[in-house]
Amino acid sequence: MLGLNRRDTITLIIVATLALCAPFILNPFPENSSLAQFNAGYPDLMQRFVIFGIFAIGFNILFGLTGYLSFGHAAFLGVGSYSAVWMFKLLSMNVIPAIILSVIIAGLFSLLIGYISLRRSGIYFSILTLAFAQMSFNLAYSVLTPITNGETGLQVTLSDPRIIGQTATADGSIPVTNLFGLEMRATHVMDIGPWAFQFNTGYYLCAILMLLAFYLSVRLFRSPFGMMLRAVKSNQNRMNYTGLNTRPYTLAAFVISGMYAGLAGGLLASMDPLAGAERMQWTASGEVVLMTILGGAGTLLGPVLGAGFIKYFENIFSKINDNVLHTWFAVLPDGMEDALVFIVHPFVGKGWHLTLGLLFMLVVIFLPGGLIEGGQRIGRLFKRKRTKNDDHASARQTSPAE
Amino acid sequence: MDAILLQLLNGLDKGSAYALIALGLTLIFGTLGVVNFAHGALFMIGAFCAVTLQRLLSLSYTVIDPEKKDFLGNPLEIKIPYVEKWFGEAAGQTIIDWSVPLAVLFAIPIMLFIGFAMERGLIKHFYKRPHADQILVTFGLAIVLQEIVKYFFGANPIPTPAPEAFRGSFDFGVLLGFDPNVIIYPYWRMIYFAFAMVIIGAVFAFLQFTTFGMVVRAGMADRETVGLLGIDIDKRFTLMFGLAAAVAGLAGVMYTPINSPNYHMGMDFLVLSFVVVVVGGMGSLPGAVLAGFLLGILESFASMNQIKSILPGIDQIIIYLVAIIILLTRPRGLMGRRGVMEE
Repeated sequence: MLGLNRRDTITLIIVATLALCAPFILNPFPENSSLAQFNAGYPDLMQRFVIFGIFAIGFNILFGLTGYLSFGHAAFLGVGSYSAVWMFKLLSMNVIPAIILSVIIAGLFSLLIGYISLRRSGIYFSILTLAFAQMSFNLAYSVLTPITNGETGLQVTLSDPRIIGQTATADGSIPVTNLFGLEMRATHVMDIGPWAFQFNTGYYLCAILMLLAFYLSVRLFRSPFGMMLRAVKSNQNRMNYTGLNTRPYTLAAFVISGMYAGLAGGLLASMDPLAGAERMQWTASGEVVLMTILGGAGTLLGPVLGAGFIKYFENIFSKINDNVLHTWFAVLPDGMEDALVFIVHPFVGKGWHLTLGLLFMLVVIFLPGGLIEGGQRIGRLFKRKRTKNDDHASARQTSPAE
Repeated sequence: MDAILLQLLNGLDKGSAYALIALGLTLIFGTLGVVNFAHGALFMIGAFCAVTLQRLLSLSYTVIDPEKKDFLGNPLEIKIPYVEKWFGEAAGQTIIDWSVPLAVLFAIPIMLFIGFAMERGLIKHFYKRPHADQILVTFGLAIVLQEIVKYFFGANPIPTPAPEAFRGSFDFGVLLGFDPNVIIYPYWRMIYFAFAMVIIGAVFAFLQFTTFGMVVRAGMADRETVGLLGIDIDKRFTLMFGLAAAVAGLAGVMYTPINSPNYHMGMDFLVLSFVVVVVGGMGSLPGAVLAGFLLGILESFASMNQIKSILPGIDQIIIYLVAIIILLTRPRGLMGRRGVMEE
């Protein structure tokens, strides 16, 4: 279907189902229960899941396929955000032109940076992209203040022209971002018993774009171009000796992943029309690297999974405070309760970064293939058992890690 | 002229910090072939050694002074540090005052231990893994170390002043015949620079003139052959890692009076020190030192008002700009050797 083989189609259908039913899946607990804080089915967070999923999918096209570790991808995210907000200021609050512009500008910007950075490989490439990203961050933060509004960040105001759209709504407030009149923040709440499921326009726009992005990346992975990128990863020297110039291929991969980042940035700005320089800081680049690695670099599903995982952590774990912990362990005797709270306390709430760092180290050390590989190992464990029960093991299939 | 001299001096202390961190990074690059993103965290831990010592020294007990009353007439509680009780009031105050230089002694064993533990526990298993893996795992470690420090010391910067005797500034201008207060340089920054020079000199002498250094240099060139000669190179490499950690830690200890330590200072310096290493040439110790001072001084020149009025914002990006230009024109950096990290 859609030019994919059977396995990829199934993957795509799974992703599509997950994305479209997310308001149900992420809201497993009734609203007033004590577990409701684990619900992630509110629009803000769901949007982040898919937007950072797009970012990570794009990053994976560069890192997963070619092995070039860029530490500067947040710059493209930031550029995308800025251009989207400028579109809101100048043209209209419709998100389509904003998204298109952010993809184009991020593409051009990544063409420039990629053209220069890709002259070097390995750690030099990482440092070059890092240097470019820090430079763009500093420029956005101070020098380019007329364009980026410095440390305050770029916002839409009432005095913006908005040539096509309206400058202000009838009651004199700033119009909200919309898709041909359909407001991004419009949310339909469906109450079923004690559950409340939220369906948000912005989320569905992002989810559909994410599915498109995912589909494109699947096609890319399976295309001759994807094969070429894998060849670059396995041995670039050999490719060069056969007389092939690998630069255009890696540059194309860099620009494509930059455009994905721009799309993610544009969507971030579309959901919440402001853009700040901190989106471009190198730690933000580190975050997308973490997402991709955590999920499994070079796999189709990994980056989406990693992005969801980290964003879930960031938003849910950081909300757990001591009171919550005390209610959890309330069943235990007092001394033990306090001891457990004392032990768990540094890892949650404000300390969730610690958990993230530890988890990340564990993944790199023990599961170089990321969560996907972990899942495969578990899957294989079960499969082996079953084949044993089936008396005779059919020839064990080894498949590439995807 | 005076402005140029002043910026030259201002650049020195920043350059010293860059050079020291980059020196440690290059030691690890050059000897072990490991890209250590946790090196900034080591610098930060060094700084927090000074904070810890300051806190330990000022541990105090409370006494109620019956003679002094506050304005409500209640007896006043005063805190007396234990060191004052043990060594007398004046000597106790001096000891607390000198906590930063004392922390140097305190930090050396701690940093060596952390370095050994890191190498044996983690880095050892990553010698044969790709550089990307090394970057990622040490990045994770850096986050963990940073969060642990944040948990114990909080997110706010903690002031750790230099000893009383070194506050204030030295007037270079008078020495050279300028007006007073034109070219002044704080005493502590002079000490920092001198300290950096001593450490750098010691590391070079250690590598150049001792048998141990010779073996390590041989190991840098060809690890397997040295191993075949019956030398336990692994042990020496562990020691090198400890040494690099100690250099970073000491740089952090002495840096505290210049900028109050906070938990993300390591990350702030990390990016810059990587740029410094790359500009100097990977695996080249003189290159790292040279590039550290060069970039430190360039940065302070770029922050001059005359230059900023011509090229606004140049002070923010000069280092990265220089790094990009150098990487593109001299791919191996200023003094890089062939074959280090090139694959």
